Amino acid sequence: MTAPPLALLAELTHRCPLRCPYCSNPTALTRPGEELDTATWSRIFVEAADLGCLQIHLSGGEPTARRDILDLVRAASTAGLYTNLITSGVLLNGTRLDALAEAGLDHVQLSIQDAEPTSADRIGGYRGGHAKKLAFAHLVTEAGLPLTLNAVVHRQNLDRLPAMIDLALELGAGRLEVAHVQYYGWALANRDALMPTRAQLDAATATVEAARTTHRGRLVIDYVVPDYYATRPKSCMGGWGQRFLAVSPAGRILPCHAAESLPGFDFPDARTTTLRAAWEESEAFNRFRGTGWMPEPCQGCARAEQDWGGCRCQAFALTGDAAATDPACALSPHHALLALALEASDRAGEGFTYREPGRLPQPAPVLPLA
Amino acid sequence: MSPETVPKLARGMKLREDKTRAQWVVLGPERMFVPDEIALEIIRLLDGTSSLAAIADALAARYSAPREEILADITTLLDDLAAKGVVTA
Repeated sequence: MTAPPLALLAELTHRCPLRCPYCSNPTALTRPGEELDTATWSRIFVEAADLGCLQIHLSGGEPTARRDILDLVRAASTAGLYTNLITSGVLLNGTRLDALAEAGLDHVQLSIQDAEPTSADRIGGYRGGHAKKLAFAHLVTEAGLPLTLNAVVHRQNLDRLPAMIDLALELGAGRLEVAHVQYYGWALANRDALMPTRAQLDAATATVEAARTTHRGRLVIDYVVPDYYATRPKSCMGGWGQRFLAVSPAGRILPCHAAESLPGFDFPDARTTTLRAAWEESEAFNRFRGTGWMPEPCQGCARAEQDWGGCRCQAFALTGDAAATDPACALSPHHALLALALEASDRAGEGFTYREPGRLPQPAPVLPLA
Repeated sequence: MSPETVPKLARGMKLREDKTRAQWVVLGPERMFVPDEIALEIIRLLDGTSSLAAIADALAARYSAPREEILADITTLLDDLAAKGVVTA
């Protein structure tokens, strides 16, 4: 019997006014006309709660670009799910936010691109965005909603991490996510411009540790470390098909939001398949579930059930084989690829390929083994 | 926390029944806690008006147990939950 999932990530749309070069959406963005309608999403939310999900993350793109966002929040909340809105905050005014709170919204996660406005607007590719986000953060706390700030960090903003922590405190956030960029999709195409230096990473880790102590009881800081400096892979999604599922704007049911980048899969369609059938029976969810699929050196590794072989999308992006050990692991025969990528980023400039519909980035070449 | 502190669930934290897994959970932003039996009982007593001292009184009466011991135990437990951001003073 497969244990039920804890959370559903509902990527309601790929529309977004921002153009962040590390966007976690796939490089082939879904067109608005292909998006699921209100009734289908509402049915999916009920199915998720019945299956055992406790939380839902309404995300995108920018989820509030959906005209029916109020109905969707109400549907998720009525289904009994703890409802989290993951937003850039640039499209909502106070009236609309209050309506979302009344509809049952439990929590708001607001992204910031930097603590310094000019840099933040450049990274997000949206002029005036940072000022709008600050105003929005005040609206969130005025509405009595809990606020998390999400700061994706990389070479071009990491030196201002202390200022981002100050900003979280100033805005009344109870939680701050400091997430190093994960290099798939758009971020992989921008890897050279985003990769932090070892010195930046060490300083950031020390900053987070000190701030956790200083602000204990006032600000919770979650910290996502970067794979490229790791010797063991992260437990991606807590294991494929074990705790988490995602539904794409067009209705594909996925073990993780990036899984559509993997070739050779037939991901279940939420229009015609229930979440339960997808979770329990589909080949896509079962393919990398557990440890049976694992190659050497994962097979028999003492950490096999801790990190579950790492990230399938990263394995595919770097080795061309989704069933390979995540190269973030020092035991992977491809681990040297990460050091080569770090060397390449050392010599790189700061220019971005912004995330835009219809603008497929050149895939970063898979580096040959030295 | 002191005996006069009035602890409550932190903003965004909600106690919900998880019927699928036959347990109670505290849900918060991208996190959840499964309280053990004792923690669950204490969380249920967080009504936003009762002080730690009052909660200790109630539990001491309910279990005919030494009040000072209970106060010390729940102070430790709530300090820990406060550090995790689950409760606030």
